[in-house]
Amino acid sequence: MKTRKLTIPYIIWMLVFTMIPIVMIGITAFTDKSGNFSLANFQSAFHYSGVFTKSLLIALISTAICLVVAYPLAYMMTRMKKSTQNTVIMLIMIPMWMNFLLRIYAWVILLQKNGPIDSALSMLGIHGTYIGNTAAVIAGMVYEYLPFMVLPIYTVMSKIDNGLIEAAQDLGSNNAAVFGKVVFPLSIPGIISGITMVFVPSASTFLVSQYLGGTDDIMIGDVIDKIFWTDQNTGSAISLVMMVFIFIFLVIMNLFGDEEAIA
Amino acid sequence: MEKTAKKTVISLRDIFVRFDGEVILNHINLDIREKEFVTILGPSGCGKTTTLRIIGGFVSPDSGDVIFDGEKINDLPPNKRSVNTVFQKYSLFPHLNVFDNVAFGLKLKKVPKDEIKKKVTKMLATVDLKGYEKRSVQKLSGGQQQRVAIARALVCDPEVILLDEPLGALDLKLRKSMQLELKEIQRQTEKTFIYVTHDQEEALTMSDRVVVMNNGSIEQIGTPEDIYNEPVNAFVADFIGEANILNGIMIDDCRVRILGKELECVDKGFGTNTPVDVVIRPEDIQITSPEDGQLTGVVQSSIFKGVHYEMSVMCGKCEIIVQSTKSAEIGSTVGMRVIPFNIQIMNKLLPIQSNTIETTVTYADESAQYFEFELEGETITVKDKYIPKGKRVRVYLPFDALSITGAGDGDLKDVYIESVVYKGEHNEIILESDSRKWLMLSDTDEQVATYVPLYFDFSKASFEILDSAEEKEG
Repeated sequence: MKTRKLTIPYIIWMLVFTMIPIVMIGITAFTDKSGNFSLANFQSAFHYSGVFTKSLLIALISTAICLVVAYPLAYMMTRMKKSTQNTVIMLIMIPMWMNFLLRIYAWVILLQKNGPIDSALSMLGIHGTYIGNTAAVIAGMVYEYLPFMVLPIYTVMSKIDNGLIEAAQDLGSNNAAVFGKVVFPLSIPGIISGITMVFVPSASTFLVSQYLGGTDDIMIGDVIDKIFWTDQNTGSAISLVMMVFIFIFLVIMNLFGDEEAIA
Repeated sequence: MEKTAKKTVISLRDIFVRFDGEVILNHINLDIREKEFVTILGPSGCGKTTTLRIIGGFVSPDSGDVIFDGEKINDLPPNKRSVNTVFQKYSLFPHLNVFDNVAFGLKLKKVPKDEIKKKVTKMLATVDLKGYEKRSVQKLSGGQQQRVAIARALVCDPEVILLDEPLGALDLKLRKSMQLELKEIQRQTEKTFIYVTHDQEEALTMSDRVVVMNNGSIEQIGTPEDIYNEPVNAFVADFIGEANILNGIMIDDCRVRILGKELECVDKGFGTNTPVDVVIRPEDIQITSPEDGQLTGVVQSSIFKGVHYEMSVMCGKCEIIVQSTKSAEIGSTVGMRVIPFNIQIMNKLLPIQSNTIETTVTYADESAQYFEFELEGETITVKDKYIPKGKRVRVYLPFDALSITGAGDGDLKDVYIESVVYKGEHNEIILESDSRKWLMLSDTDEQVATYVPLYFDFSKASFEILDSAEEKEG
């Protein structure tokens, strides 16, 4: 009983600030401005299907790049000295202590015309624009969410018992076989967890594309952000569709990993 | 006779291993023969697991050679050795089922699929796990996991199987049946088994030969009977089975004095009037009437143990354990007899009369009556005794002037407890500091292979001034 009482503040918080807003979004999505039932909102939401697809695509690419970068890093980390491991974790964490907007501005400054990258490449005789395109958005997103990929993979990998690796060697595995037959299969829960933690927020992110992207790199998060000022009903409808997609994604992910992996 | 004719599979030659400056294996030599069941026995921290890991290829020795079938394999990685290990924690692959765990090694060897199936099925039958192929290894009991681990190692058909305390995690009953089962598997498969354990009973039950290790060295190698009946020193006698270990003096060949009585024995070659350790197994002592006994004592306690009574008899200040099918009344005086053959004489582990320190006084204060000297980088202060600075001095510390409990960091920090042997009256503890060994007496049981502070009680010490160095110090 005592422990249940301790959860009351959380339950109240969830009810007031999460459950009620979700229900309200549900209601708003299915009504028109005068409050009557209507499916018109979903029709107008459909106009944004292009943005929607592009958002999911950008999120998918970002997640894939995060995975490719994070996995070898996490694997190498587990083979470092414990003190070095802690230092590397610190280096990964420190940027996360800074404000989200500041970090995006850092990328704006890096990539802008006559910024450090532009100047450096100009000196080598390479000219071009590095901001205002999809690649810049993806770069910003990868930067933003990389820690969320590294940390779960690292956590799962560092828990792999060294005895299993020795057992694999003992049974005749060379380094490649140890990795392929033991380390990789056992790190899958971390991969699933990392993919979830990167894909879900990056699919619904906003501001990154506004600062780093071009005019047609607008993402669904930005659309929701804009549209809510003028048309709450359509905004709610888009949000609801987004939620359904993310939910489906989570269910699929659940099929691959065990439940613990998805927190 | 047949055993000696067998060829040697593995030879360890002068193996030396050091981790973080600490000597783990101190120049070990060991030959392991074909098809034998060898147990490496010793307390935790004695280096037995390291020895096994050297054979497995997980540790490479700092010096010395590992010879396998006549070939030096020091630098051969574990996956290229014809050796498979059953690990202490089993280390089964949690993402694979029983079949795939056992088939792991065969798949790597690219054995054809149907042959893998045949071999794995046969092996699972051998370890009594028929029909468990599709089970998840995480859902098996400890004993079953153990048998999967054994099957996984055996199925690869290596020349040698290494087992690292594989029964440690099992309960007593299961452990006993697994001991017999393992021995049976070894007999059937005709493989060389090298088994590591700290359980002496396990070692005696299963082995063809036992290797007793302590503190990075091999103390004795022999058949279980040899090790039990003819231990080479007090450590082995104490570690294997129950034993009364007493201080004695070898008066002459076949004559030993213990507890003030002169007894006949069969051992020779210890010289005359040599201090020795004497072992008498509790079951070798016969209770007689006080008049007929070679030794007499008062019965302190008698506990019924099923087959026999275990009695504690006090001979003066010394406790002797006796196992007998007949009990004697508590408080009564009894006599005890031992036939000469059952008195085992051994050299002392550390043959010293007292702990001596030879040193030069580095500081002295006559008015405050104290002096100091250096020992292993520490400054030691001797109170209530004045010896002028620069004098060479020899300090004799009797065994009871040393202790490992007290305030502060001790005179010497971090001294290693090498062995603890109960001598009926006190525990005799051998300690090792950076440069030497010490012997002390203690009434409490201390944990071997741990580090403790060491204190000197100089009020019990005697001092001898050696004047030779006086002038040099000037």
